[in-house]
Amino acid sequence: MGRTVGTSAPRKEGVDKVTGAARYVDDLVMDGMIHGVTVRSRVAHGRITGIRFDPGFPWDEIVVVTAADIPGRNMVTMIEEDQPFLAADLIKHPEEPVVLLAHADRDLVIEAAKHVHIEVEELPAIFSIDDGLAADVRLFKDDNVLKRFLIEKGDVDAAFAEPGLVVVEGEYETGAQEQLYLEAMGMIAVAAPGKGVTVWGSLQCPYYVHKALKPLFGLGDGEVRVIQAVTGGGFGGKEEYPSLIAGHAALLSWKAGGVPVKVIYDRAEDMVATTKRHPSRTRIRTAVKPDGELVAMDVVFDIDGGAYATLSAVVLSRGAIHAAGPYRCPNSRIHARAVATNHPPHGAFRGFGAPQSCFAYERHMERVAEAVGLSSVAIRRKNLLGPGDLTATSQVVEDQIDFPALLDQALEASDFEAKRAAFAKHNADPASHTRKGIGVATFYHGGGFTGSGEVHLASVVGVEALRGGRARVLAASTEIGQGTNTIFSQIASDALGVPYEWVEVAAPDTGRVPNSGPTVASRTCMVVGKLVQDAAGAVVTTLRKAGLLGEEHTPEQLAAAVDSYLERFGELRTFSQYKPPAGIVWDDKTYRGAAYAAYGWAAYVAEVEVDLVTYEPHLRGFWAVQDIGTVINPLLAAGQVEGGVTQAIGWALFEEVRWREGRMINNQLTNYIIPTAADVPPIHVAFAPVPFAHGPSGAKGVGELPMDGPAPAIVNAIEDALGIDVRRVPALPEVVMEAVLAKRAAAGEVQHV
Amino acid sequence: MSDAEARAERLAVTFTVNGVEKTVETLPMKRLLDVLREDLALTGTKEGCGEGECGACSVFVDGRLVNSCLIPALQVEGSRVDTIEGLARGGELHAVQRAFLEAGGAQCGICTPGMVLAAVDVLRKHPNPTDEQVREGLAGNLCRCTGYMKIFDSVMTAALAIASRDGEGAA
Repeated sequence: MGRTVGTSAPRKEGVDKVTGAARYVDDLVMDGMIHGVTVRSRVAHGRITGIRFDPGFPWDEIVVVTAADIPGRNMVTMIEEDQPFLAADLIKHPEEPVVLLAHADRDLVIEAAKHVHIEVEELPAIFSIDDGLAADVRLFKDDNVLKRFLIEKGDVDAAFAEPGLVVVEGEYETGAQEQLYLEAMGMIAVAAPGKGVTVWGSLQCPYYVHKALKPLFGLGDGEVRVIQAVTGGGFGGKEEYPSLIAGHAALLSWKAGGVPVKVIYDRAEDMVATTKRHPSRTRIRTAVKPDGELVAMDVVFDIDGGAYATLSAVVLSRGAIHAAGPYRCPNSRIHARAVATNHPPHGAFRGFGAPQSCFAYERHMERVAEAVGLSSVAIRRKNLLGPGDLTATSQVVEDQIDFPALLDQALEASDFEAKRAAFAKHNADPASHTRKGIGVATFYHGGGFTGSGEVHLASVVGVEALRGGRARVLAASTEIGQGTNTIFSQIASDALGVPYEWVEVAAPDTGRVPNSGPTVASRTCMVVGKLVQDAAGAVVTTLRKAGLLGEEHTPEQLAAAVDSYLERFGELRTFSQYKPPAGIVWDDKTYRGAAYAAYGWAAYVAEVEVDLVTYEPHLRGFWAVQDIGTVINPLLAAGQVEGGVTQAIGWALFEEVRWREGRMINNQLTNYIIPTAADVPPIHVAFAPVPFAHGPSGAKGVGELPMDGPAPAIVNAIEDALGIDVRRVPALPEVVMEAVLAKRAAAGEVQHV
Repeated sequence: MSDAEARAERLAVTFTVNGVEKTVETLPMKRLLDVLREDLALTGTKEGCGEGECGACSVFVDGRLVNSCLIPALQVEGSRVDTIEGLARGGELHAVQRAFLEAGGAQCGICTPGMVLAAVDVLRKHPNPTDEQVREGLAGNLCRCTGYMKIFDSVMTAALAIASRDGEGAA
């Protein structure tokens, strides 16, 4: 029979999705279910002095929960324990949950929320990285630094002192970005003393929610159960915040005597209150030989973490590790800080810090190229990492990639050099009303948890063999649109030697599946997929050892063997647990070593045309060439790349979170603009696979990589079109216009109004 | 019943849903989206934004594609409403649904019901659509997963399938 890995096997849950039969959390109805809402602080920083309930409202009909009702610990268990489920005293950001209300009548409870007044004595608040670092207002320890890393290689100071080098400095900024999964978050909970807590919801990481709910109620492992409903996108946004919503729904149910409570955010609440991509500022100083060879890089990478530590430390870590780019550079120093402010906590979003630092280093490479008189392509080609080279964490590149060849593939596919020449001609024509440009970015992205993260997770996957040779994959890794169900079924069916249709993936439910870790960090295919392969392989091994199966088998022989085994022993479940590949060594103290078991490598090209009247950059084409190892499912993988590129287009050109006193004020789709069908250019995706020895059938991760490179490629193209040096995203038309006007003013040209 | 509800007057609204006549007792300004999801348990129609920007709640009212989050219940009195649940006939998927499966047009699936109906709308207006017609026809339906490429492919795949089926029918 044919292998399914490498084919575009149809999406497992596809029929349910195209017919509307798939049940998302808001589609679930339970007997006696009531609706919960959240009342929030509205003040960025202060102390709660009282909670006032308007008289005359039927409060006796409404379930009311405050921090005082919490049976266990009022703390969301994540990395640091600093964020409460409900603020009891201190308010640290304007969307801090304080009071929960529930009632059977959803309209009534929404109305009730307007009759709750949280009285706060306001404190001074801070909303920028610099104000955070100044620490005049203390939000976290003495210095407001939630986490700090220093990654060093070689001797940076000595290298900068060498004579004859060209030194290039630059500062780059990126804005917050809303994940904007189209299904807003929600949870249903049933919770009561003696009966435990069960939640159903829209989430990425069932065991994160499980871990957070246990201390909230003072319950043990078996008393809390978390079940994922069909989930309408995540992109990191449903990694952490679902723990809060699950806690809130469960607290209301607990107080209400165990009736099911549904808490569904509308779009406005989801956008204003839940986590976003960390805003960042990166300062880079580079020393380069006159021929373009990088000698030293000194990077300061700062992100705005918001009011609580949440995931900022790990976002910072990934951003910092990637901050020197995929370049050979013998001396590098990366100093990274996550800074506390009074914004709602920023969190995980596809790329996890790497898109921020990638924007900086890939814009900066243009400055380096300019300083030594090389082209965008030549400066990169000269310095790209290859097998045997050292990364910024002194990891030896093991992937057998030919990065210059991959770059060439992107340049050829996009006709890069010919277009640069043709566009220069077009742009010199005084009659043209547009300016055209083409830009490139080269970058990489590590798969799986950083450093020793996978070892600590020690993920487990099970495969259960069923009658007739059918099989069920048992994992907590969630399907959030990216194709988990499909690729796990492909990997397992190949390992079992049965048709794809014979394998199903169990719905993630902490009562039924082992902890295969969170669905984040481009780890589901590369790390968990490998465990699926091993667990499925163990089914075959078990049957062979039992003398029921020969060295070669047909699906029917496997089916007969499983049936005999089940007859004799009752059940057949095999499990596999993560073990690091040999030679993967990481030092958490020095932040040196193998940061990731493998990397995805990519070269992206963007073509833009800027309207000289509106200053809108229009994308005309996009080329994405990458090595993600063996491609398990080409259709799904291309879909991941196209989707990631499009999110990055939004971040680069349209998506600006506007803040006022720490709150997002454009928290609706009317004025927070994401790419539509009319905005995206043709996106051409190509894979240049170099199989990874320790991935399932040679696969690596794909989810995050396509988010990293597009923003700098696009802004590099804008620079090619207009000769302007834009150093922040989103590069809104007004940003482009100001840069053009400033350039004209600097050139002494007359301003036309 | 709450005070707010007691004060508001409920109306009987009768309309056809997926070919079947239904009467619901509802507040007149209740959104068609909620009537479909809550009163008729047709949860295939999704809420993405609640303000007519994302198209996840797209349904046909008298053959016109609309955002059901912007339509009050009383407005569909006597109308014909068609939702995603009515698209597959007799257990057989519509050509557009098949194309979405084949060409990878659905990822997380939350925009899919609305997107499929928008694609049906495009193909009704333009059986042999240009790239531009597809983009424009789908521009009111947001997708955050796919980057739209596979959705465009799905629409083109469906157009070919429908044309070849109709061709066979004519022959």
